[in-house]
This record gives sequence, structure tokens and C-alpha cells, in this order.
Amino acid sequence: MPERAKVGTAWAAEAAGRPGRAQDGGTGAVACASEFEPVIGLEVHVELSTKSKLFCGCQAAFNAPPNSHTCPVCLGLPGVLPVLNRKAVEFGIKTALALNCEVASFSKFDRKNYFYPDLPKNYQISQYDLPLGTSGHVDVSVDGGMRRVSIKRVHLEEDAGKSVHESGTITGSSFSLEDYNRTGVPLLEIVSEPDLRSPEEAYAYLSMLRSILRYLDVSDCKMEEGSLRCDANISVRPKGSSVLGTPIELKNLNSFRAVEKALAYESRRQAEILARGERITRETRHWDESRQVTVPMRRKEEADDYRYFPEPDLVPLEIEEAWVNEVRSTLPELPGVRHERFIREYGLPAYDAAILTESKDLADYFEAAVAAYGGDAKAVSNWVMGELARLMNATGTDIRDVRVAPAALAAMLKMIDDGTISGKIAKTVFEEMFATGKEPSQVVAEKGLVQIADEGELARIVDEVIAENRDVADEVRAGKDRALGFLVGQVMKKTRGRANPQAVNRLLRERLVPG
Amino acid sequence: MKITIADVDHVAMLARLRFDEDEKAGMAEQLSRIVEYVEKLNELDTGDVSPMAHAVPLRNVLRDDEVRASLDPEEALRNAPDREGDFFRVPRILESE
Repeated sequence: MPERAKVGTAWAAEAAGRPGRAQDGGTGAVACASEFEPVIGLEVHVELSTKSKLFCGCQAAFNAPPNSHTCPVCLGLPGVLPVLNRKAVEFGIKTALALNCEVASFSKFDRKNYFYPDLPKNYQISQYDLPLGTSGHVDVSVDGGMRRVSIKRVHLEEDAGKSVHESGTITGSSFSLEDYNRTGVPLLEIVSEPDLRSPEEAYAYLSMLRSILRYLDVSDCKMEEGSLRCDANISVRPKGSSVLGTPIELKNLNSFRAVEKALAYESRRQAEILARGERITRETRHWDESRQVTVPMRRKEEADDYRYFPEPDLVPLEIEEAWVNEVRSTLPELPGVRHERFIREYGLPAYDAAILTESKDLADYFEAAVAAYGGDAKAVSNWVMGELARLMNATGTDIRDVRVAPAALAAMLKMIDDGTISGKIAKTVFEEMFATGKEPSQVVAEKGLVQIADEGELARIVDEVIAENRDVADEVRAGKDRALGFLVGQVMKKTRGRANPQAVNRLLRERLVPG
Repeated sequence: MKITIADVDHVAMLARLRFDEDEKAGMAEQLSRIVEYVEKLNELDTGDVSPMAHAVPLRNVLRDDEVRASLDPEEALRNAPDREGDFFRVPRILESE
């Protein structure tokens, strides 16, 4: 299982090697659980979106009929040779660069040996001591501030197959079924240093990582489909201490929320144990989503012993500077930089900039609309984050499938600016554009939504409304400003929203409010 | 370095192999001789020699990201000891607690 990979999480090994010291903070006087802080590191696996697998030409497909994408190489039949997919290496280098890693000039693959039915070769081809990238960092914004999260390593490996257990759970099943379509799909493992100090920071880091990977177009990062998986290491220590506690490994974190909740639960659980003056046992725990607790996983009798050795079937990689530079030239503007630019260039609040730049497609959409509009970028932001986001959520539409072209949104905003439609009517127009993909001018013409520009016509309607609501009009005359709102509403109703509310307000005041 | 029966037990367990006591003793003896032979390397100063990553002096053998035909599931499953539909069927993975 790739998710079991613990390669290079040296900090974990380090902490394991000194269990006595690790517990220093928890011994002695009974302390209060709130005096502890969590220390968290994440190990993330993403499936790279190459067309073919890492070491063979089988298609890397999701949701295909079982065992329809296998061959002698990924089935681990004797006498075959794996050949490395260049694109997967490039995606790895690209990611390493985006995460500010040093890209190895010399890298190789190793065999990680273990027995599990989802691994037909009985070893996983992974990278042990010479990973593609090391020593990187990601800046994550948390609570208005920035936190730099160090990246320990980035390495390539192959995914395992998928097991379906007879009775739904592994322990209750008398047999399991194996589908090897996923076996050999390229995975990138990204290991952070234990730099995260709260479940919220872990969530923010994971979001930023996903955002970066999607900008790079190296993975679709769908946690629900398993193309992004996350394990966490968490220990707690007294606030202010620099000693690492005994780390617990958390598994079965199947959503961003699960990562945050499991870490919050585990942080509390460990702090309470230490506050009682007890010790934490190093173990792997499983997040139980239905009960919202972590439970210990069956303990292995033997410590992991993967007997890594260099993969003799693959020759090493020599990654020359020219290749790295070539890949570097394909890097897009990354979300962090784009976020800063949106604030600077468009004068957007940090909140808007963060939401708009989370997805490259959304940010591209926004920028295209601003360019076509030429007016206030904040107005575009309001529409994208407001109506557009609302309709996308309500209909489950991805930004890439939105039928309103950025230029059409811009055209609609201009119609508001020049008074052709009111801001209120624009919402109706936009809904129609969203549903049909029609141009705003066409929607407005077809539905007769043009704002009443003729002041004389508007004045006639205002007079009608006053005549029909004499009591209310008298109240306004007596100085009840709130009654004015009712009359404005009546005019809007009569005009089916086609009146300019400011003009209506003015016309009513001219007639009812002396002086 | 002397390979003990305990070492043999450990490695045998990792490799899912079972030996009787005579075989274990024979393995310990043979493995000791092999490791002792490799220890000859200690006679050399290898301080300036970087670990060998591969015996063949080739680098960067790569293929383009192109999809090639996979096996028909029927073909893929032909050697399976057991199957269910188009899945490989395997025995119980973990004993129940």
C-alpha cells in the first residue's frame, strides 16, 4: 500500500528513536490539556494525470471495468521490464519546482518489499534515498498571517490495485476481490515537515497544495475518487516546547473535513492523556467517520521492514539543468503569487483574491471578464463570487462548463452601468444567461427587461401608484420615511422591476416630500 | 558477520517462507559465508566511492506517455488461482479481531 510508505519521514523515525525524551513534556505535574499544542505533518499522495501508467502503456483510467487495463508489466508477471514514463518524471519535476524543492540531479528507483494482495509484484517501485525533490516549502495563509510549511521530499512511485472486501470490511470478510487497473498508475508522494500547528493550518496547507497541483495540471486531486490521499502524523507537546512528542499516524482521512476533524479529535485526545500524566503509545490510528473518533488499527507484530534496495530493472535518472529549466519554463503563475497580484493590480480585498485564485480556471475567468469589462474589478468579483458561484453550486456546474462567457458577463455589467437594466433585473438576466448561454442583450430584448428610460413614462406610473395608495402617500407626507419604501416597491412591482429605483425614489420625493 | 537462526527466522518471516530446523541451520551457515565474503570489501577504503545505483552504465531510459493495448480481462485472469467475475479472488486478508 503506497499510503503505508514512510520513506524519508525521518522526523518520525527520529522521534521513534528517542521515546524517552519525547515524553518529557508530558511527565511530571498533571497539567491542563489546553497547555498543549499539536505538531502535525502531512503525507499526501496524488495520482498524476498521465495518459498511461508509470512503467507500462496501460491506460491510467478511473472507473473502468475491473482488470480491463492490465498487462504483464503491471500484473507483475515474470520476465517483464518496466520502462519509465517521461511525462510522469516531468510532472514530478514540475511539482518539485512549484513547491520550491531542490530537484535531484541524480535520482533512482527502489523496491519496497511487502506482501499485500493489491500489489501483485510483492514489491512497490518507489524512491527511497534519492527522491526527485527535497527541501522545499509552501507559503500558506492562516488567520490573516502567512506560515511557511517546509516540504521534506517529493518522490515518484507506483499506485497499488483496489481491493473490494466481500462483506464490506476487511476483518469481516472471508475473501477479497482485486482489481489491478490502478496498479502502476503514477503517484507523487509529497511529505511535509511537522510544521503545522493546528488542524486549521493542516486544512489550509492541504487546500493550498491541491490548488498548486491543479494549477500545474498534474493531477485532478479528487479526494472522493482517491486521486488525492492524505495521511497525517500528529503529536502534542507543551506550548513553547521544542521537543517532539510521540507521533501517531492517522489513516482513513477521506475528505478535507475528515483531515481537520480527525486532527482536532486526536490533538484533544493526546493532550488529555498527557495532562493526566500518562504516556502516548506510538501507533497507527484509523479515523472512524461514523463515530467521529480515532481508533487504534490492529497492531503489527513486526515493525515495518521493507528491505528497500535499488530497483535493478530501472536505470537511474540524470536530470540535467537544461531539462529542469525546460520544465521550469512551463510553470504557470502559481496561486500564492496570483493572489498577491489580484490584491495589488485589481485592488481586491484579500478575501476575494483568495477565493478567486483558489482555482486557476476561476481566476482565468475573472481576469477575462475584467479585461472585457474595463470597469471596476470589484464589481466583476462580486458577480463571480456572488451570482455565478451561487448558480454553479446550485446546479453543480464546474467553472469550465459555465455557459456565460466572461465577455457576456462584462457586456451585462456595462448594461447596468449605462442604465439599460437595473442591478436587480440583472440577476434575472444573468440566471437566464447561465441557463441558456444567451447574450445579455438577447435576454433583455426577449424578456422585455429594458429599464424604463423615459422619465415621463416612469412619472405616470409613479402618479398612478400614489393615486392607488392615498393612505400610504399621506403617511409619507407626514414624514414617515419608511412608508416611502412601500411605494417604491409598488412602482417596481408595476414595472416588473424595470424601473430605476433611484429615479423612482426621486420622483416620489418630488411629489410627496415638501422642500 | 555471523547470521543466527533468529536472523533466518526474521528474514524467512518477511519472505513468507517456512523452513524446518535443519534447513534453518543450513541457511544460517550458508548466509554467514556469503556475508563474510562480501565483508572482504571492508579491506578497501571506499570512503571516496559513491554507492552504485546500477550495474549497467545507462541513464534515462524513458518512454513517451502513450497508451498501448492492455490484455483482455479474460487473458489477464487466465492464470488466476481463483476469480469472481472479472476480479482476482484472494483469501481473507486479515483475521477478524
